Amino acid sequence: MLLCLTDGGIALFCVNPTSWQIIVFIYIYIYIYIYIYMGNVHSDKAGQFFNSGHTNNWAVLVCTSRFWFNYRHVANTLSVYRSVKRLGIPDSRIVLMLADDMACNHRNPKPATVFSHKNMELNVYGDDVEVDYRGYEVTVENFLRVLTGRLPASTPRSKRLLSDDRSNILIYLTGHGGNGFLKFQDSEEISNVELADAFEQMWQKRRYNELLFIIDTCQGASMYERFYSPNLMALASSQVGEDSLSHQPDLAIGVHLMDRYTFYLLEFLEDIHPSSTTNMNQLFKVCPKSQCVSTPGHRTDLFLRDPGRVLITDFFGSVRKVEITMETINLSSPMEPLPERINCTVHILYMCINKHIIPTAIIMYYVPRQKLLRDVFPCT
Amino acid sequence: IANSYNRPTLIQLQNTREEEEEQQTTAQQEEQTKRWEATELEEEHVHDAAVPPLAGDPPAADPPSPPPSKDDFQEELVIRPLHSGDIYASFQFRTVWDADFMGDQKVSHYRLFPKSLGQVITKFSVRELHISFTQGYWRTMQWGQPYLPSPPGAELWVWFQDTVTDVDGTWKELTNVLSGIFCASLNFIDSTNTVQPSASFKPLGIGNVTDHSFLRYATLPREIVCTENLTPWKKLLPCGSKAGLSVLLKSEKLFHSTFHSQAVHVRPVCQDPQCRTTSMELRQTLNVVFDLHTSGQGKREWSLFKMFSRTLTEACPLASSSKVYVDVTDNPQGEQFELSPATPLLTQAVVLGDRRTYSVYDLTQQASFGSSRSLNMLLRWKMLRPLLHSERYVAGYGLQAGEIHTLIYNHHPYRAFPVLLLSAVPWYLRLYIHTLTVSSKGKDNRPSYIHYQPSKDRERPHLLEMLLQLPPNSVTEVTVEFERALLKWTEYTPDPNHGFYVGSSVISALVPSVVAMDTNSTLDRPLFSSFFPCKEEASYFMRVYTEPLLVNLPTPDFSMPYNVICLTCTVVAVGYGSLYNLLTRTFQVDEPSPGLAKRIANVIRRFRGVPLL
Repeated sequence: MLLCLTDGGIALFCVNPTSWQIIVFIYIYIYIYIYIYMGNVHSDKAGQFFNSGHTNNWAVLVCTSRFWFNYRHVANTLSVYRSVKRLGIPDSRIVLMLADDMACNHRNPKPATVFSHKNMELNVYGDDVEVDYRGYEVTVENFLRVLTGRLPASTPRSKRLLSDDRSNILIYLTGHGGNGFLKFQDSEEISNVELADAFEQMWQKRRYNELLFIIDTCQGASMYERFYSPNLMALASSQVGEDSLSHQPDLAIGVHLMDRYTFYLLEFLEDIHPSSTTNMNQLFKVCPKSQCVSTPGHRTDLFLRDPGRVLITDFFGSVRKVEITMETINLSSPMEPLPERINCTVHILYMCINKHIIPTAIIMYYVPRQKLLRDVFPCT
Repeated sequence: IANSYNRPTLIQLQNTREEEEEQQTTAQQEEQTKRWEATELEEEHVHDAAVPPLAGDPPAADPPSPPPSKDDFQEELVIRPLHSGDIYASFQFRTVWDADFMGDQKVSHYRLFPKSLGQVITKFSVRELHISFTQGYWRTMQWGQPYLPSPPGAELWVWFQDTVTDVDGTWKELTNVLSGIFCASLNFIDSTNTVQPSASFKPLGIGNVTDHSFLRYATLPREIVCTENLTPWKKLLPCGSKAGLSVLLKSEKLFHSTFHSQAVHVRPVCQDPQCRTTSMELRQTLNVVFDLHTSGQGKREWSLFKMFSRTLTEACPLASSSKVYVDVTDNPQGEQFELSPATPLLTQAVVLGDRRTYSVYDLTQQASFGSSRSLNMLLRWKMLRPLLHSERYVAGYGLQAGEIHTLIYNHHPYRAFPVLLLSAVPWYLRLYIHTLTVSSKGKDNRPSYIHYQPSKDRERPHLLEMLLQLPPNSVTEVTVEFERALLKWTEYTPDPNHGFYVGSSVISALVPSVVAMDTNSTLDRPLFSSFFPCKEEASYFMRVYTEPLLVNLPTPDFSMPYNVICLTCTVVAVGYGSLYNLLTRTFQVDEPSPGLAKRIANVIRRFRGVPLL
């Protein structure tokens, strides 16, 4: 008889025991079980602590590939950037890292454009793009420094991830990867252990409330295998041992324009608007094997809320939750009095509607704007 | 990036002053617009923006000068056609910031000057800042000298104030902040690529500091320029990209050019001729050269719409002057190109050591925009227009039928003249003469003389001669359908997929001449003018040949005989051969050969005469 101590399917300690060894083994097993149970209790408490939701959204979008034939990775990242901007996250809350310049590349037959659909239907580069890290700046070190916040003092604000403990962060990585690593610019790699540790640092420093990690590379599921910090949800475009495939080439540009997973993800996101109530379970269904050829995977065991109740816009959009009550608060201020034109103090009305927290988007749809203003500012 | 999400971190703003200033801003804007309408236009004066400014040089005689007080914004575009057929456009946007911080006062009021740059300048005690991003290399031998030169990649040089104690540390911080503002990798500038030039980069603004320890210069030759650098550059302009000349700055056209350079220059200038007070001047420049073949599609005709895919609709309301200059020095009487819409304003300026003449469009005048409310400058070069010209081509698809089209152009404005068209078409393109049509200007044009000799297979070709009358300023089209013949397999050339040639058609005509011709003897005239005999005074003889045609005939697959022989021989050999063998072969049992020992034993037995094993 073989007794094994396992942790998540990996055998840690196997023994073919005599009777006293069985007793020792049972004792160790009970001890470890209690320890994990206590840990669960802690994480339950953590779950209750964070039930109140997030107040701001950040996005870190990284393309790690260089060279013209990796056009599709830049197009992937830019299409997610475009969706995220459309749904409300401003440029100051997005850290966009592109390892190479495709738009103004000399091989691009249409300069200043990056297309995601063939026949040049959709230009995801656009006119108002802000790339924070570009070219040689996209390195493993810079990526980890952005995540953990350990940047030199002179780094400008647009290059920092200034998240706090109420931020929901979306992290999107794309490029070439393998079992347990992601390649940066064909010269260095980041391993899944490093990434998991970086997220743990972020958790310890309270740099996120909830984090959604999406990766579109070959064998992408290996990158989220090692996560151990709470409140992480991860999606990958392919399982270990599978390759993520590209979608379609454009004959005029001469390269593949998008990867399949991100192409169908973009199509899915095009149907989302700031007040939509689509939840994460639908996101997990994006790109089944028939469309993607690889099997997308996801991991939600570290996430404390039920994915069916997590809105897509919690991560992709910038929707604020506003709590409205019926009390009036007079702001006693160290400010100097306002000029004559506005001759009233500001009343902030709080109304409680069924004690539920209603997202702002629904309020905007159901409450006429003028009525709200008049109630909030009952003065000239 | 000057948008409302960035909270000010460099300088503490006080809330009340902000509110006051907002009220002041609206009042000042109204004042500013009133002043703009009253500005008069000078017809001929030396424009100070075109003169390369020397340090401390006050602007030349400029009557009447506006009251030197508040922020000022001027925009200007210069279009200069280049000798190689390309066109060079140079934008300059000049914002003057009425703030004197040579002294110690903190500045917190920003009107036209962009706040992001202003905060950088005050925090890092910058006296002069010059940064440029360039894609492409300026071809001096083909294009001449640029108004504002810049090296490929990024270049940054800064003069710091003499109050700065740690210049290197400030330089490092400044490059990082600028990399955030312009979305460029300027943070790669460090001590390994920074120098302190002692003589080459003297300050371009006022000031007499010569201690070059306050100067830093660095270049990043690998730095690329793309939309992400153009967008923050445009956001520094008071009107953004919404009004004035900056509406032309669209990235799809700007980056599809041979040379693109955008720069920001900040320096202190004098506010008045006596230079009692100084102010900061910000010049944003953008130079672009559009290529004749890439952007111009080979045609030497340029317009604002062709270059930028936009036209101008209004001047920036915050600008005190908004002008477009077109360099017409090489075109005094309009012989080289024609500029439309015409403008009466002409200016001369001394630039790059040469006196050049410019046509001026003043965008602050409503009259510049005409009735269509948009201004699209068009420069059209005079094209060569010979009187008689022709083209020929094959139309249709497939390998059975087709059409031959011959186009004859008569470019004479009012004279019609007759031409003789000769076509000799090989016999394997069987012409259907009943489909012959001749049309000019859409109407049927019957030839007055036709001579047609049909072809005979493998003996003679078609011959078609016609006398056509060409109406003035028209195109005459002659069309005839044909069918392709299948040749015998020995008649094909060794490379039949190349196609078969049809010789040029010949057009012979007596073309009306501009000058009276001399019909006398040709003995003392040069050879090139006396080839064709001259019988008439008013016209000269001319032959025009069209292009030859290359036509594909239905071609058999010449590898088929070989394939057939191989296949047949294989079938015969395998099929018949096996059958023959099967029927005629007999089989015998064969003894296996004995081993070595047995063979030796058999030899010995033979000697002994005993039966073998």
